Amino acid sequence: MTKMNMLQAINSALITAMTDDEKVMVFGEDVGHFGGVFRATSNLQQKFGKARCFNTPLTEQGIIGFANGLASHGSVPVAEIQFGDYIFPAFDQIVNETAKFRYRSGGQFTCGTLTIRTPYGGGIAGGLYHSQSPEAFFAHIPGMKVVIPRNPYQAKGLLLASIRDDNPVLFMEPKRLYRASVGEVPEEDYELPLGKAEVVKEGDHITLLAWGAQIEVIEKAAAMAEKDGISCEIIDLRSILPWDAETVCASVKKTGRLLVNHEAPQTGGFASEISATVQERCFLYLESPITRVCGLDTPYPLAHEKEYMPDHLKTYEAIKRCVNF
Amino acid sequence: MVNNDGVKVRLRGFMVKDRNHLCDVGISHRVNIIDKGTVDIPMLQILRPDGSVHDNADMPDISKATAQKIFQTMHYIRVLDERMVGAQRQGRISFYLACSGEEASTVGSAAALSEHDMIMSQYREQGTLAYRGYRTEQFMNQMFSNKLDPNKGRQMPIHYGDKALNFMTISSPLGTQIPQAAGYAYGQKMAGNDALTICYFGEGAASEGDFHAGLNMASVLSCPVIFFCRNNGYAISTPASEQFSGDGIASRGLGYGIKTIRVDGNDVLAVYLATQKAREIALAEHCPVLIEAMTYRLAAHSTSDDPTGYRSKEEEQKWREKDPVQRFENWMKSKNWLDEAQHKDFIEKTRQEVLAAMKKAEQVDICDIDDLVNDVYDTPPWHLQVQLSQLKQHISQYPDAYPKTSGRIRHD
Repeated sequence: MTKMNMLQAINSALITAMTDDEKVMVFGEDVGHFGGVFRATSNLQQKFGKARCFNTPLTEQGIIGFANGLASHGSVPVAEIQFGDYIFPAFDQIVNETAKFRYRSGGQFTCGTLTIRTPYGGGIAGGLYHSQSPEAFFAHIPGMKVVIPRNPYQAKGLLLASIRDDNPVLFMEPKRLYRASVGEVPEEDYELPLGKAEVVKEGDHITLLAWGAQIEVIEKAAAMAEKDGISCEIIDLRSILPWDAETVCASVKKTGRLLVNHEAPQTGGFASEISATVQERCFLYLESPITRVCGLDTPYPLAHEKEYMPDHLKTYEAIKRCVNF
Repeated sequence: MVNNDGVKVRLRGFMVKDRNHLCDVGISHRVNIIDKGTVDIPMLQILRPDGSVHDNADMPDISKATAQKIFQTMHYIRVLDERMVGAQRQGRISFYLACSGEEASTVGSAAALSEHDMIMSQYREQGTLAYRGYRTEQFMNQMFSNKLDPNKGRQMPIHYGDKALNFMTISSPLGTQIPQAAGYAYGQKMAGNDALTICYFGEGAASEGDFHAGLNMASVLSCPVIFFCRNNGYAISTPASEQFSGDGIASRGLGYGIKTIRVDGNDVLAVYLATQKAREIALAEHCPVLIEAMTYRLAAHSTSDDPTGYRSKEEEQKWREKDPVQRFENWMKSKNWLDEAQHKDFIEKTRQEVLAAMKKAEQVDICDIDDLVNDVYDTPPWHLQVQLSQLKQHISQYPDAYPKTSGRIRHD
């Protein structure tokens, strides 16, 4: 075990994957010699050569189009989109190509080896175009997997599993944790399961569900609620697609209450899907309406970032409303 | 061209020669506006429209067997197109897309490739696929979306795909295959394969962002790929004159630093020679090559289109006179390589074969209902299993409403 921040853990995962399999190739804007704007790909070009870690021209649709072709050849591309906010030029390649390659060819060709890494989320004074959390768009694409880690340990294990999974994975990295989140990470190779949520803390009165950087937020809110005698169960969803309804519903059946927190705007956010499924499966167990604490339905603001964010205080108030319903 | 090692900037910002974006730049003290069309990109033509050979033309080294295979494939496709347009008119298939007028481009280029080369096509390249060895029954199984179609009946007619023949499954969105071809070719290069990727598209698709992204990626990342543009004059109803105002598609290759050749797309020998040369260069130099084949879509865009609304009979007639199949036939005759009786027999046999295969394919069942959720992922995740199981129960409840699958439901 070594103390690492999330960037170091991601870098360690990439080194592990590239050492393990020479078909793994890492590319994107500025990822080469420079090591990426956040330094997640530091030293990869020096270690593995320019043919396996390289800069691309500044074209997201080109990066993902190229990655799709490379994956369909049998290589293992790990493509970086520098910010989640800039993934949209590649949306067509992801929606119509990456995700449908296997299905449309009857399994003859696939992009299963592809992993797309992208930083997402706010809290870094990034304004409209360096802060978005677009996971819900990608949760609506059959064929994709969407994975989000909450800390360095999770980041390394989930990224290695994503790279080796035989399905295309969008791996979204909470960039405000890149340096802020530090923890013990094994230096050796390990994987964490995709499609499995994790109960981070057990509790009795309410289930709090989030992913990525918002886990810290609900943990803080839970600590406040505990002082009021409210026992919170905390779940990290980890995979947005396919998502682990079983673990979530088992928890809701136990606590009778559910709060979902995400940074993305509320309307059409992934909390909507979770709420619909949970009320279908747990209707008679629910003691209060399912509560959402989300971003506002506005573009991501700059000066009002603090006000916009679904922070621990908003979450704490929602917990109380839910329990006192 | 690209040198990641180094931007060496000397003191006070004085740039040295190896700064890429400034190298080889001359200086002018006058306002020089470069007019469009100042670079002359000629079109390689070996055969005159009447099939005779131009004096002093470069000739490809082509065997009699290859020429005959090209000739037969062009005719095979004419028969297939004619029959399938008819089948669509009769309501037997939902959609078809003929390639009349473009046989030389698609078949001539296919003939210059190795069977190990990956073909990423747009959708009007049935000639390329037939040359590779796709059989009539395979064409039919795909078009009738039956369970023998390797794509499992999931895509509209003409979206062929065959891994064994290195023919990538076709996708409807235009131009998406262009950056993919760059990536596939990069994979071939990295794996040390003695093979490249050829990527077909039309002049309309070359307006998509993916075209520009793909050519630039291929050029910068040194990918052995042939970009083959079929400039057939129309994107559905939009003429090339309303698609771009530059000098065709070839001029764009130069902008991306890609070796480029323009060829008469109705001259099969010129297409064959240009593609052979492009292949040699791409493999030897690890680089992309752009071919612009100047041709004409004599057919409608698809069976859903009626060209009389946007182009004249006179224009079509002008291009019929440049018909690639007739032109090649004349050349074959001049070489004494055409046995007319045998050829007549081939056409008749092909017609019967297409009809028989069609009758057979339309009788074959569609895939089991389980294939609705297979191949979305490597294995169906829990939510697809739940949805499939609910659907099966529903079908069992109303079997008459779902006759194609209700008789074959397995409740696991």
